[in-house]
Amino acid sequence: MKRYSAFAIAREAMRQHTGWDRAWAKPAPKKKYDVIIVGAGGHGLATAYYLGKNFGITNVAVLEKGWLGGGNTGRNTTIIRSNYLQDPSAAIYEKARSLYETMSQDLNYNVMFSPRGVIMLAQTQHEIRGYQRTAQANALQGVKTEWIGPQRVKELCPIMNIDGPRYPVLGGLYQERGGTARHDAVAWGYARACSDMGMDIIQQCEVTGVRKENGKVVGVDTSKGSIDCDKLGMVVAGHAGVVAQMAGFRLPLESVALQALVSEPIKPCMDVVVMANTVHGYMSQSDKGEMVIGGGTDAFNNYTQRGSFHHIEETVRALVETFPMVSRLKMLRQWGGIVDVTGDRSPILSKTPIEGVFVNCGWGTGGFKAIPGSGWAMAELMAKGQSPLTDEFSMFRFREGKFIDESVAAGVAH
Amino acid sequence: MLTLKCPYCGVDADETDLHAGGEAHLTREGPGASDDAFEDYLFMRENPKGVHFERWRHAYGCGKWFLAARCTTTLQVFGTYPAQTLEPPQDIKDAISAQRPGWSWGNFK
Repeated sequence: MKRYSAFAIAREAMRQHTGWDRAWAKPAPKKKYDVIIVGAGGHGLATAYYLGKNFGITNVAVLEKGWLGGGNTGRNTTIIRSNYLQDPSAAIYEKARSLYETMSQDLNYNVMFSPRGVIMLAQTQHEIRGYQRTAQANALQGVKTEWIGPQRVKELCPIMNIDGPRYPVLGGLYQERGGTARHDAVAWGYARACSDMGMDIIQQCEVTGVRKENGKVVGVDTSKGSIDCDKLGMVVAGHAGVVAQMAGFRLPLESVALQALVSEPIKPCMDVVVMANTVHGYMSQSDKGEMVIGGGTDAFNNYTQRGSFHHIEETVRALVETFPMVSRLKMLRQWGGIVDVTGDRSPILSKTPIEGVFVNCGWGTGGFKAIPGSGWAMAELMAKGQSPLTDEFSMFRFREGKFIDESVAAGVAH
Repeated sequence: MLTLKCPYCGVDADETDLHAGGEAHLTREGPGASDDAFEDYLFMRENPKGVHFERWRHAYGCGKWFLAARCTTTLQVFGTYPAQTLEPPQDIKDAISAQRPGWSWGNFK
């Protein structure tokens, strides 16, 4: 792999950019791999990357039915934060956030990590108590967050109206080193590094069946033929239930569409990420100048990648009160992604009833921020059969009543 | 927008008039049930990509619960029926079979 650098840009500028390599190879599937990862989104590619980097397992294929990073990795609102209430959540999300800090250097790929700060607004008395409690929990967990008053919120984000008649801003939970990153680049950076380690990333290769012998996985059937493997990692987000059904077990998940939208590009006006959970809206400004807005989920199961139209109205209506200038903006695009939601709103990183099959799913509406930590933990789980980061996230925690309840702690938006 | 016909009052209700109530035809386990059965009832879900059966409430109408057969990929509605039943009526099953031959869901097909 030729490294990207300022020198490389200068060198290529001298020869009409003819020397750039493909970022990753386009191989045909081999007969057998040690590990097959289903799903070449951020989580799947990160899992493959850390299998190679931390455990030296490089005979790995990453199968993707569509194109690399074309699912939720390319559909989220790119927010990175780790201000969760429960200890297991804080551990894995803070691991992820800390890995984002050096990801561009580690991968030699600019993921444009921008720790611009994240404010979660408190707009009810209940939220004040909730976020103050989270700030205390974060202090104990070693996650740097702080409770800030409404005037400080206004200083950090001057376009906000903190005296709204219905939902005034009463303060916020502020994480200074939270922020955003370029979501596509995260997938591309991992893909390039995986390909460089000799892993095969096989796109347009849909898994159609899981082959088992004596309760142990032996391979998968795909649209490009059948491929053998010793271990199988299912990292397919919204379609986790579909692939689990092929393997013959059920998951405690329901898949729904989550929407987002962006406005026309405007001049820089907002250099923090603001989440307003009471009114179901969150917003940040991209480097292109577009206001990136996260909306609500549908209340019913679906796989449409579209979402119900009325959620757009609800989201924008809520934002207009807190950000009055939004009322003059035109919206450019709207899209949806299929998110898999668990009962306690925490993910599943787990062994399964089938030997050799591991599952990483249930990230719900907030998986992007977790990509590097999720991959790190999943790789350890698959390589060693156990990881301190995944112990609490077993798919069997529900029957034991050992929830990691973030549905109350983190509100609606993740 | 998703539109479902309320089987009680006959109104074609928009999604915004309805409240989604999750998977239908759950067996509601009680005292004496096994751990596996309870886990299935409380947490495990079919979550299919295709034919699905769900509970809905006509929240801003007659207020009653009913059941719907729907496709989660196309949002096509195969039919709605009253909630006082343990399995989908034959005419609903026939309507699904006409559109999705060979479908199955849980123990139904």
